[in-house]
Amino acid sequence: MDALWEGFQEAVRLIVRGDAGLREVAWRTIVVSGSATLLAMAAGVPTGYGLARGRFPGRTLVLSAVNTGMGMPPVVVGLIVWLFLVRSGPLGDLELIYTKRAMVVAQFLIAVPLVIGFTAAAVQALPAELPDLLAALGAGRLRTLWLLAREAQLGILAAVMAGFGGVISEVGASMTVGGNIQGDTRVLTTAIVTETSRGENANAMALGIVLLVMAFAVNLLLTAVQQRRRR
Amino acid sequence: MRLARLAPVLTLLLLPWAAIACGDDDAPPKTAQPQVSASSLATATLSPTPAAGRVGGTMILATTTSTQDSGLLDALVPRFKDATGVDVKVIAVGTGAALEMGAKGDADAVLVHAPTSEKKYVDSGDLIDGKLVMHNDFVVVGPPSDPAKVRGAKDITAVMAAIATTGPFISRGDASGTNTKELELWKVANVDLKTVAGREETGQGMGATLNIADQKAAYTLTDRATYLALKKNLRLEILFEGAPNLLNVYHVYVVNPAKHGGVKETQARAWVAFLVDPATQQLIGDFKKAEFGQSLFFADAGKPETSLGLR
Repeated sequence: MDALWEGFQEAVRLIVRGDAGLREVAWRTIVVSGSATLLAMAAGVPTGYGLARGRFPGRTLVLSAVNTGMGMPPVVVGLIVWLFLVRSGPLGDLELIYTKRAMVVAQFLIAVPLVIGFTAAAVQALPAELPDLLAALGAGRLRTLWLLAREAQLGILAAVMAGFGGVISEVGASMTVGGNIQGDTRVLTTAIVTETSRGENANAMALGIVLLVMAFAVNLLLTAVQQRRRR
Repeated sequence: MRLARLAPVLTLLLLPWAAIACGDDDAPPKTAQPQVSASSLATATLSPTPAAGRVGGTMILATTTSTQDSGLLDALVPRFKDATGVDVKVIAVGTGAALEMGAKGDADAVLVHAPTSEKKYVDSGDLIDGKLVMHNDFVVVGPPSDPAKVRGAKDITAVMAAIATTGPFISRGDASGTNTKELELWKVANVDLKTVAGREETGQGMGATLNIADQKAAYTLTDRATYLALKKNLRLEILFEGAPNLLNVYHVYVVNPAKHGGVKETQARAWVAFLVDPATQQLIGDFKKAEFGQSLFFADAGKPETSLGLR
């Protein structure tokens, strides 16, 4: 019980004081996970759309693969990325291992199936005759795409939230490919692991609270945007 | 346009991307590269232990969880950066994994504490220029009730034999230096691992393993530094200490650049030189001494291996 209460007090103290170390780790977490989510959005939304609307051989296979990817353990993604990027690995010459970029790569791979899957589901939920209807009303190809995306906005934003939530909270991949290097690749989740194994339970709890608050703030923003349309 | 509604979201997501693109200092300093290799040649031929000076660049140090969990490296790495401009990427894993990273050329230097395991990598030529850095010792910790009556046992063999019959014992089980020492101790005591009562492996670092042993009121083997650093949260007590074969000796090595192409030899050699430098050695000896009333590490640079009962 002590650690919980002390952790809460410590969190409030650190936040109120604007602790430099905490701010740095928190900002780095947003930068890394935000970048990964943005990239996953750029790649995943069009892909999800294509999968939902397209008809091609092997489509079911691809969709199943995406759905499997949505439940892919981050630590496995981390291990695979690590094996590729480590110096003795096939992409070792890029010198990406133990950098923020490597973390973005791993988190992108974790987030992209989530974004594709949610987007595909959202687009498929639209009435099947909608594209033809829009075309009949004189909308061009691009305009049709845009209008459909707007219709699926709720689901697409849910896709982004799922992706961001997935990567900001994961620890296995960040630890493996980032290395949890102080002042460089230590993010909130890996810092929590470090503080816990050092027995600094209050610090760990404080970081946990900051992580929760941050995840909540981002989701609040996205949800607000999402729900504005509903009113 | 509806786009306006998405604008805050896009800005939020774009902002960090811009930051990472501009502010990422991870990229290797391409322009400085030729200069680095030239000076690495110079240091290799002229001076085996280069004095501190601007070196720059980054390097990967594979090391053990004990150096990280005790906080020692957090104290040393920034000083090294100030002295040489080198960013050290500290990867804290078990000694087994650290040695393996060295053998594959995935690290530039290793700081480890399992002399018996290290020998294999030195013999294979993957690790070169080993230097004695420091030592502390392993201690047997356990619940205050001490069901195996370890307290006051005559030697470590008796301790291990007693624990084997009562248990429980929590092992690191991660091929770390501590785990290697533990297996060695069972062997010395002539105890078959399978017969140890309630022996469980965590597969985690020393800090996590101590916490688990504490919760399970179990015995475990730990390095003194990590135990002292975590002591305030533990009920576990030191029940046996001071035997000669409980010394925990740390060596630092450079990964052989002749065998592994990508190794940052200049930076790795600078790190080794920094660790054995008298000022650093002083710092190691004094590390958290005031806080704990005893040294967490004892500086050993320059001492003969035999002074610690090795080789």
